[in-house]
Amino acid sequence: MTEKERELLLLIEKEGRMPAEKLAKMLDLQLNEVKGMLEQLEKRSVILGYSAIIDWTKAVGTEMVTAMIDVKVTPQRGVGFDEIAERIYRFHEVKACYLMSGTYDLSVVIEGRTMSEIANFVSEKLSTLDSVISTTTHFRLKQYKHDGIIFDEDDDDDYRMVVSP
Amino acid sequence: MTDVTSTHNVHLSDAVERIQPSGIRRFFDLASSMENIISLGVGEPDYTTPWNVREASIHSLERGMTSYTANAGLPELREEISRYQMERFHTPYDPAEEVIVTVGASEGLDIALRSVVNPGDEVLIVEPCFVSYAPLVSLAGGIPVAVPTRMENDFQVDVEDIRSRLTPQTKALMISFPNNPTGAVMGAEELEKVAALTIEHDLIVLSDEIYAELSYDQTHVSTAALAGMWERTILISGFSKSFAMTGWRVGYVCAPAVYARAMLKIHQYAMMCASTMAQYAALEAMQNGRVEMEEMVASYRQRRNFFVKSLREAGLSCHQPGGAFYAFPSIRATGMTSETFAEKLLVEQHVAVVPGHVFGEGGEGHIRCSYAASMSQLEEAVDRIAVFVKDHA
Repeated sequence: MTEKERELLLLIEKEGRMPAEKLAKMLDLQLNEVKGMLEQLEKRSVILGYSAIIDWTKAVGTEMVTAMIDVKVTPQRGVGFDEIAERIYRFHEVKACYLMSGTYDLSVVIEGRTMSEIANFVSEKLSTLDSVISTTTHFRLKQYKHDGIIFDEDDDDDYRMVVSP
Repeated sequence: MTDVTSTHNVHLSDAVERIQPSGIRRFFDLASSMENIISLGVGEPDYTTPWNVREASIHSLERGMTSYTANAGLPELREEISRYQMERFHTPYDPAEEVIVTVGASEGLDIALRSVVNPGDEVLIVEPCFVSYAPLVSLAGGIPVAVPTRMENDFQVDVEDIRSRLTPQTKALMISFPNNPTGAVMGAEELEKVAALTIEHDLIVLSDEIYAELSYDQTHVSTAALAGMWERTILISGFSKSFAMTGWRVGYVCAPAVYARAMLKIHQYAMMCASTMAQYAALEAMQNGRVEMEEMVASYRQRRNFFVKSLREAGLSCHQPGGAFYAFPSIRATGMTSETFAEKLLVEQHVAVVPGHVFGEGGEGHIRCSYAASMSQLEEAVDRIAVFVKDHA
């Protein structure tokens, strides 16, 4: 990874819609260099996609319930946690899945339309898997900050004087 | 309220009568009277002070750290400044004797000048430069002598321009790189020529290095780090630009003990000490502020790249500024003075910039544009400048 590639990634991680022309200017590169770099990073699966950060609580009528579930599992010989993790993360309700150190093994983020939908998923799909020993479900009450973005922030005010030396 | 001047004699000092209010003031009034302007006229970061720094200051208040500190500043802050100056810029200063925490770099400039200038001494000022240098020299009883820098020379100081202005009265040289308003930087090779001259003529150098961290293409070279220069350099710096801490008013001066002791005398009587809560904020910035500062610097660099290219595309010729957060394009091709250009740009396109002559005569023909603004503001501003330049071609 070159320094320019790293800089490019940091920029588009914050602002995925930035046109290549603007990126080229900011990074002091030629347009075709930036385009080639992006193509390469996509091909190497360093860039997996470009998405928007959405505050769904403001999109009325589309509110979702999110739960974070601590899952304890029995690792399998030869494949460790990977096989059971895959069985879990393939469910489309699962938005995120991480292997953790500490008192449990997998942290699973589930999204559903209602609490009962999530309860059903946990009791019928997750807990019934052979390797799953226990689950602890935490419902998310409010989102303050996600992926570095602070929700409901009025910090855009510029308090600086309009002209200063 | 009665106007005192109508019933009493006015008793103002000659010193204060000699200096003029900053030329930026008139422009500030004009820009403030207008709505929906995009301002590229701001001489400070567009970031809020990092949260850990603000939080540390809040914590100091909660603990009740509200009394004076030592005149020279919190010992632990001076330790950090000393360590930082050594690690970053190879300038060794004894925290007990050679570092003073000041009320912004502005106070540092003032006490440095008042410590070395005698009535009638000439102080060479490399221009264009920050607006306070010449007035502070005058207030200290000295005579400011401008040394011009030029765009064709990337606004670096040419040693011959210094030499030709030397007189037996020349006492000191004031320089500031990276520079406000030009954004110019000077590398070791060019600085060494200046250094040799100051050694040859036994001048004191006041080096304002407030923008030291904001150097985008090379590591900043401190004047005090050059051979033979530490002894004759008063280094002025602070936290305002690098850590986005302008409003805290906390900076520092570093100098050999003989100068530091002299400055401390003025500082202790005029200021007592810098604000305690601001010193705790500065301490946190020194100890844990590096990562966030580097992110800010990277962002300024990207905006510099974008903005300078865009200005050139808009039809203004502009040197490549290596530091600070200013571009200083030439507007000579438009045939306007910098004052007219800036005023018309404000009225017609609602973009505020600062006319170059405010920073010294040598700034005429240029405007200072600060790119410490959001990318969307910069894009819009450049579009408007392009329209303006075309309209007046």
